[in-house]
Amino acid sequence: MVMTDPTDGGRFGEFGGRFVPETLVPACEELEEAFRDAWNDPAFVKEFHQILTDFGGRPSALTECFRLSEQLDVRVLLKREDLNHTGSHKINNVIGQALLARRMGKSRLVAETGAGQHGVATATAAALLDMECKVYMGEVDMERQELNVFRMQLLGAEVESVSSGSRTLKDAVNEALRDWVATVENTHYCLGSVMGPHPYPWMVRTFHHVIGDEAREQCLALMKRFPDVVVACVGGGSNAAGIFSGFADTDVRLVGVEPAGGAAVGRGVPGVVHGMLSYLLQDEVGQVQEAESISAGLDYPGVGPEHAYLASIGRAEYPSVNDDEVVNAFQLLARIEGIIPALESAHALAWVVREAASLRGQVVLLNLSGRGDKDVDQMMTILGPGNKQ
Amino acid sequence: MNSASKIGRMERFLRDRRDTGSKLLVAYITGGYEGWEAAVETAAAAGADAIEIGIPFSDPVMDGPVIQKASQIALEAGASPASVLAAVPNLDTGVPHAVMTYYNLAHHAGHERFAATLANSGIDAAILPDLPLVESAPWREAAAAAGIETIMLAAPTTPEDRLADLCEASKGFVYAVGLLGVTGERANLAATATEIAGRCKQVTDKPVLTGVGIGSPEQAVEACSVADGVIIGSTVVRRLLDGEGAEGVGDLIASYRNALDAG
Ligand SMILES: Cc1ncc(COP(=O)(O)O)c(C=O)c1O
Repeated sequence: MVMTDPTDGGRFGEFGGRFVPETLVPACEELEEAFRDAWNDPAFVKEFHQILTDFGGRPSALTECFRLSEQLDVRVLLKREDLNHTGSHKINNVIGQALLARRMGKSRLVAETGAGQHGVATATAAALLDMECKVYMGEVDMERQELNVFRMQLLGAEVESVSSGSRTLKDAVNEALRDWVATVENTHYCLGSVMGPHPYPWMVRTFHHVIGDEAREQCLALMKRFPDVVVACVGGGSNAAGIFSGFADTDVRLVGVEPAGGAAVGRGVPGVVHGMLSYLLQDEVGQVQEAESISAGLDYPGVGPEHAYLASIGRAEYPSVNDDEVVNAFQLLARIEGIIPALESAHALAWVVREAASLRGQVVLLNLSGRGDKDVDQMMTILGPGNKQ
Repeated sequence: MNSASKIGRMERFLRDRRDTGSKLLVAYITGGYEGWEAAVETAAAAGADAIEIGIPFSDPVMDGPVIQKASQIALEAGASPASVLAAVPNLDTGVPHAVMTYYNLAHHAGHERFAATLANSGIDAAILPDLPLVESAPWREAAAAAGIETIMLAAPTTPEDRLADLCEASKGFVYAVGLLGVTGERANLAATATEIAGRCKQVTDKPVLTGVGIGSPEQAVEACSVADGVIIGSTVVRRLLDGEGAEGVGDLIASYRNALDAG
C-alpha cells in the first residue's frame, strides 16, 4: 500500500529521513510525537476540520469544465482549491501546523515562501491564533510577488528578504532553518510543502489529505466512478500529495507536473538538502542548482521524498511542461471557463492540453491548487498591456 | 581489546597536546577563498592545534552570514571539492586537518569514494553538520574504513541518552555546539557553551571542543574553563573578508593562543 505511514525513520522506500543539524533533531522528534498524539485526538481533528470549514471555506467545489472538455475532447474536472480562503490549498496545512504549534506551547511561527501563498496562509493562521509570525522570502520572489508581500504585512507578519544564493525559495528555506536552529525553544517552523525532515513530508500530506478525500467523494457523487487520471502541479508536491492520497489505493493514473526548469523527478538524481533525501537538481559534484520557472511557487530544485518514492516504484509519473505552455494554459482557462488559475496550477492544465489527444474520452481530475490574482501583474508584463494575443 | 589502535591521528594529536596541559585551538578557514592556503599555514604557525578546512557548499544551513559569504565568493571563483582537496597535500602546517562541509557532497560522490579522496589528500577528519547521529552510520563506517575520523556535533538540545551515544560515535574530538544558532560571532558567550561542554565531558574522555559563537579570546578562555579547547571560524574568516589576509589571520590566532596559554 502506498501513501500510508513512512517508516520509523521517516523513509518512503529509500527516500526521506531527517538530515538536519543535531540542534534540530530533538525538535523534529518532539514535533513527530506531538503530531501523532494530536492526530489521534478526536478533539484536535474536529477543531482542524471545523476551522477548515468555517474559516477556510471547505469543502472546495468540484467544477466540471464543459467548454474546455468540449474543446479538448477530454472530460476535465477541477478540484477548486483556488476557492479556499487565502486563495490556495496552502491553508489546509497551515491551519494544521498552527494548531499543532499552539498545542506544543510555541508562540511563534516562521515560514519560507516562494510565490507568497504559503507565507500569506501562515500569516493568516498566525493572526487567527494570535501568534507571532516571520516569513522568509527570496529577494527575486519579493519582486515577482509584491502584492503578497504587502498582504503578509497587512496580516501582521514580518517579511524578511533573503539575498543569499539564488534569492528564491531554496534560500528562503535555508534562512528559515537557520532561524529555527536559533529559536527552536519557542518557535515552530511551519514548512510549506511535503518536504524537509521527518515528520514534515508525512504530516503535511496528512493535513492535505482532505483534498483527496473530498475529491474522491465528489467524483463518486457526480459519476459513480473514479476519474481515469488525477493531475496536479509539483513544486515541493503538497497539493499533488493531497489529491493523490485520495486515490492512491485505486488504479487511477497519477500525474505530477513539474516545470521544465525545475524537473527534480524528471532528472532523477538523488541528493540531500533541507533535511531530506530525495531527487534534487545538482551539478556534477553535488552543489544544489537553481531551478528556473515562470512560477515562483515551483522554483524549487528538490521535491518531496514521497514523490521520489512514487516515481521510483512507477506508481506516479512526473512529466514537465515549459513556460510557454504554461502561459497559454493560463490564458485558456481564463477565457474558456472564467477561472484565472495560479501559474503553478496552470502547469497541470498545460500537460492536459498537450496530452489531449492521448487522453481523448477520458476523465481527468485536475487539482486547481490556487487562483491567479497574485500572478496578474507578472502576466501583464509578459503579455504586455492590451496584448490579448 | 586494544582501543588505542583505533584512535586516529586527529584524536591522538589533540589528546597528547591536552595531556601536556594545553588548551586546544582549532581554526576554520573557507577553502577556495582567495589566499586560504597561506591563511591555513599562518594559522598553524601562530598556534592553531588543528585546522578545519571548509569545502564550500551551495546551501550552508549551519552557517551564519560571514561563512556564507566566504563560501559563496569561493564558489563563484570556481572552488570545488577537487580544487580544495588538491591543495591540501602542499600545505605545510604540521597539524591535523579536518574538512568541514555538508553531507550532499559526500552523498553525491559516494561514501567510499569521498572518504578515499579525503584520505588521499592528507585529511584526517570530517565534520558534516547536517548529518546527525541518526543518519550517520553508513557514512561513519565508510569513513572509518578509509581512516577518516568523523567528528560529531553535540547540541545544547541533545538529550542525555543520545549525548552518550553521540560522544561514543564521535572520532577525533567531540564538537560541542556552544549555542542555539548558526556560526557567527556573538557579543557574549552563551550560557549554553559551558553547559554543553560540561555535559559532554561527563560522558567522554575524548577531547571536547566548543565551537559556534566564539568571537573573542576572552570568550575562548571562558569556554575553556570547562572545554578542552575551542573552534573559531567566523572571526577568522572575517579577517579574510576584510582583506587582512594571512597576516591578519596569524595575528588573530596568536591573540587566542596567548590568551589560552595565559589561562
Ligand atoms: C497555487 C500554488 N500551487 C502549487 C504550489 C507548489 O507547492 P506544492 O508543490 O507543495 O503544492 C504553490 C506554492 O507556492 C502555490 O502557491
